[in-house]
Amino acid sequence: MINRIEIGFRQEIRDALGEKIKKRIVEHLRIQVDSVKTFEVYTIEGDLTSGDLEAAARGPLSDPVIQEYAIGRGLASGFDWLIEVGYRPGVTDNVGKTAAEAIALLTGKPVRVYTSRQYAITAVRGRCNLDLLTRNDAERIASELLSNDLIQRHEIIDGRTWNPAQAIKPYVPRVTGEECIRTEEIDLDCPDEALVRISQERVLALTLEEMRILRDYLKNDAVLARRKEVGRGSRMTDAELECLAQTWSEHCKHKIFNARIVYDDGEGNISEIDSLFSTCIKRSTREIRARMGANDWCLSVFSDNAGIIRFNADWNLVFKVETHNSPSALDPYGGALTGIVGVNRDPFGCGKGAKLIFNTDVFCFAPPDYDKPLPKRILHPRRIYEGVREGVEHGGNKSGIPTVNGCLVFDERYLGKPLVYCGTGGIMPARINGEPTHTKEIRPGDLVVMTGGRIGKDGIHGATFSSEELHEGSPVTAVQIGDPIIQKKMTDFLLVARDRGLYRAITDNGAGGLSSSVGETARLSGGCEIDLKKAPLKYPGLNPWEILISESQERMTLAVPPETIGEFLDLARKMDCEATVLGLYTDSGWFHIRYGEETVVYLEMDFLHDGLPQMTLRAAWTPPGLTEPAVPEPANLGEALKTMLGRLNICSKESVVRQYDHEVQGGSVVKPLTGVVNDGPSDAAVIRPLLDSFEGIVIANGICPRYSDIDAYHMAAAAIDEAVRNAIAVGAPLDRLAGLDNFCWCDPVRSEKTPDGEYKLAQLVRANQALYAITTAYGVPCISGKDSMKNDYQIGAVRISIPPTLLFSTLGKMEDVRKAVTMDVKKPGDLVYILGKTFRELGGSEWYALHGAIGNAVPKVDAKTAKTRYEALHRAISAGLVASCHDCSDGGLGVALAETAFAGGLGLEIDLKAVPAEGITRNDELLFSESQSRFVVTVSPGAREAFEALLAGPDCARIGTVISEGVLKANGLSGTRIIEEELAALKAAWQRPLAF
Amino acid sequence: MPQHIRAIVITGNGTNCEMEMAHACRLAGFDKVEIVHLSELLCGQKKLDDYHFLNLPGGFLDGDDLGSAKAGANRILHASVAGKEERLFDQFLRFIGEGKLILGVCNGFQLLVKLGMLPGFDGHYDRQAVTLTFNDSGRFEDRWVHLRVDPASPCIFTQGLRGLHLPVRHGEGKFIARDKGILERLHRERLVAVQYSDEDYREATQDYPANPNGAVDGIAGICNATGRIFGLMPHPEAFLHRTNHPRWTREELPEEGMGLALFRNAAAFLRSVAF
Repeated sequence: MINRIEIGFRQEIRDALGEKIKKRIVEHLRIQVDSVKTFEVYTIEGDLTSGDLEAAARGPLSDPVIQEYAIGRGLASGFDWLIEVGYRPGVTDNVGKTAAEAIALLTGKPVRVYTSRQYAITAVRGRCNLDLLTRNDAERIASELLSNDLIQRHEIIDGRTWNPAQAIKPYVPRVTGEECIRTEEIDLDCPDEALVRISQERVLALTLEEMRILRDYLKNDAVLARRKEVGRGSRMTDAELECLAQTWSEHCKHKIFNARIVYDDGEGNISEIDSLFSTCIKRSTREIRARMGANDWCLSVFSDNAGIIRFNADWNLVFKVETHNSPSALDPYGGALTGIVGVNRDPFGCGKGAKLIFNTDVFCFAPPDYDKPLPKRILHPRRIYEGVREGVEHGGNKSGIPTVNGCLVFDERYLGKPLVYCGTGGIMPARINGEPTHTKEIRPGDLVVMTGGRIGKDGIHGATFSSEELHEGSPVTAVQIGDPIIQKKMTDFLLVARDRGLYRAITDNGAGGLSSSVGETARLSGGCEIDLKKAPLKYPGLNPWEILISESQERMTLAVPPETIGEFLDLARKMDCEATVLGLYTDSGWFHIRYGEETVVYLEMDFLHDGLPQMTLRAAWTPPGLTEPAVPEPANLGEALKTMLGRLNICSKESVVRQYDHEVQGGSVVKPLTGVVNDGPSDAAVIRPLLDSFEGIVIANGICPRYSDIDAYHMAAAAIDEAVRNAIAVGAPLDRLAGLDNFCWCDPVRSEKTPDGEYKLAQLVRANQALYAITTAYGVPCISGKDSMKNDYQIGAVRISIPPTLLFSTLGKMEDVRKAVTMDVKKPGDLVYILGKTFRELGGSEWYALHGAIGNAVPKVDAKTAKTRYEALHRAISAGLVASCHDCSDGGLGVALAETAFAGGLGLEIDLKAVPAEGITRNDELLFSESQSRFVVTVSPGAREAFEALLAGPDCARIGTVISEGVLKANGLSGTRIIEEELAALKAAWQRPLAF
Repeated sequence: MPQHIRAIVITGNGTNCEMEMAHACRLAGFDKVEIVHLSELLCGQKKLDDYHFLNLPGGFLDGDDLGSAKAGANRILHASVAGKEERLFDQFLRFIGEGKLILGVCNGFQLLVKLGMLPGFDGHYDRQAVTLTFNDSGRFEDRWVHLRVDPASPCIFTQGLRGLHLPVRHGEGKFIARDKGILERLHRERLVAVQYSDEDYREATQDYPANPNGAVDGIAGICNATGRIFGLMPHPEAFLHRTNHPRWTREELPEEGMGLALFRNAAAFLRSVAF
């Protein structure tokens, strides 16, 4: 029996969601509407009496104080158009699941519930009552704002013909599975063209060379003999093919980072690089750790789901940043939500498992006011912006993890694929029951257990899909929607199980699902044998290969010793978290997957993990040969400063920040917004993870994609410097900073589609060379990282590639958070200093971007002098000599001074002549150069002597004073007043652009 | 000799502020503070009867999927305790009947309201008379607010306080009463213990963002007639130390955060009465 219950607000109650939607219809779609009312619809499948329905509607489904309900009839009335949006079959419906549980508890009857939402829209009535809002308008509102056709369906009802008594016919998006479950065999003994076709048709993303390796593997007699014993032969099963495609995907195997690269540096030198990952990233960490010797605080680097470092004698910190770009391009909300709850599972599934204590997010979008025609399959950047923002809001807030900082970067080239970086940190006891927690061990005979959510068809081919560009045939099943509450229940349970010692190892199910999680952990014991038929499914009809590689969310895989399995399962039952034994870890050397009695995968562990030979690629660097543009010096630099403050990459992100809970867990010390009225932009976050201690953690990010247009070496160097100096600015010590590298690139492999692949790969080489140089110079080891190499869009002749982008994130240990410093000026009379020299480095700057130019003089990091400065500044901060400290980044000194002043609500009087500079003759260049490693610092007069003694040197200068008058005043290089701007005006210019 | 006072902090199903709430109880001097998972209550392993102070922390019970705390309230009202002839709700009623203290913060306040425990007029603790719904802004917001405390309120938790400066972090905090009569009675009986106000804690305000959600009469928290059940949207457990304050690097502040006073009052009260 199927029934519909509709819930709406009573007439006099404000419908905030409806108002928000109306605003978006008017502002984004430019369609005039008078009002929007929203209604929640529950379509209930189950054996309920009219009394049950009444109780459900009155009870858990509606709020009797403000809402009304209708059962089996329409509630909306008086509208011009009614749009109802519901999910397509198989799409995660979190509200439906909660409603079903609530109704089952209330009535004692099992039900299925599917939710949808109605938007009742009325047109603006003019004097003549013509067709003010056409069906076409309604269709646009539905498809461009309310419904994402990939995962949702919508229905439009004309108000003129609407009869509420008739109601809308219930629609049940039940998954109707295929009747027969089967395992297909594929003959790979075929010509090359056929191999390529098999790879393409099955979204395997395997190259011809890789397909040939698979073909040849099945010609090995020893392999065939063993396969025969389990009933398989010389053909590969679909499950085997999918499992190999996933394990060998760029996403999971990082083939480009591990490739042998022949690199031509453009100056006649050709060198061979045996894996960028080994020779740049890992090598840097290895060398830094060797230098630290006995003081080495790194515990687990590059080997687990996240990096682990020591916090203090009793606690370890864990940190990981991931991207979820491709799914976010297709479904911004679900993609981003899955991105954040997905990265949560990395620290959670690291070592013995960590409690999650912070999130940090960085998004790269095309400008939200983009007004050119959109290429096919691309959503408007504003829709991506709102969807991603909301997805991360729900994922982060509902998981109870504070989003402590982040940033937004805008560039039109993120139109094809937005970048959604989500990072999560955790904390774990250094030892549990006397055993260290940062290592992983599995013994043969341990049970393979899956916990958390069930498996559906969602997220199939995520790993292979993200290893290619977004194209016409990109699979919709790759999109998933996460459920933070299922995950919270699971993490609550598993932390208890961890502390009771009920499992031996834990890992997450992310890309590649069970295939990856079991495949990876089985390396620790040397094999496994599991039965997919035991895996709990969301609905029937999944083939074995789908169960194996589905990326359905909220699942962890554990190795549980037989002695504790009983207690483990009891606890799971009690804490309402599903846990299922799938099989055993073995030491057979084989990855053995059954479906019931039938073997569906039988592959050697060695072949699965090491059967893929190293790729060889060519990289050739040619400097782009750009020149400096002729930008005239503006007559009014105050106006220029305001224009700069209103640039999307500089302006306030407060509207986004406030929608993220940045204080939950109670340890917030430096918040993302700071200052006299809590709206200045903090450089980094500081939190106290242990509430009875003043030891703290500093979290910061650096990202400078524009510099890639000139040289990705300096892009990477600047990103690392920015992440380091942001952390230093709030009080982190340089020698306790760890780094995370997260590379998002456009396809760097030369092919027909990518004729400039060798250049793009050279950019990657150079970025890694910079990473090695700068991290070793600073002594900041990378502890984990990630890469996403196919951030391109190609449909028809349109190809959009992102600018090569490195997000560098830092995690620091601060001995005493009470020494932390914020960026806002504190008191009139305080002295203003600049630390670090300004060069004529406007290449790739916001100032040049404002003038539509790139330029060539890209900012360069001088790590040696910067290191000395960072250490001296840290001593000054630790000694309590610094009143405020703000780094100079996008928009340079001018922007940093303005932000420092208006955040503290006090003016500044600045003499630009005093600024240490080289090669600069113009005020605009001095104000907006983006030279690296600089800070604006204020110091109280009483601390002047001690501060100057610590920072003495040619790069540090006193350039002005803090004044009580709320005005930013600056005298230029010739001594005359060039800026005199009210702080209120500066702040307004900075706050306006993204205040929606 | 003060008696041994025990606090319980309930977690599970989406609750997420249990750690700092338990920390607040410890700092306030409770002799025993336990974070208890809802499942431990439902399976009968723990029972409310063993505690004096019940904390319902913030979070997203069941994702707030049916409206804030709606599914959570449904569970407490209808789920029975394993092996016992009672609902979990019966334990709540017994707890209230014994005159013990309940504090609900944010999602915990929403839960108390959706259950009907607040305002709990005339001892009817399962009749919902008021609600907390979507902010007028239509969005979740994290920001600090000022709260004017009614000195004449019977609320045990706010005794002796004039004002509070605390963060709100919610999307559904707009207080609405079912009708005018209920609203008037809340005011008449001085059950409106805290209201969003100006920075000097003088006047309740409707101005955004001082009133962050559009709550009627700036109502941020209410208590029942005995003052022993109290719920509020802002988070006292988020301001236990001066470094939690958004402007601690620029203002002279006492070491102890303002939020702790509520927990200290709870402890002092419980030590003064006998059970």
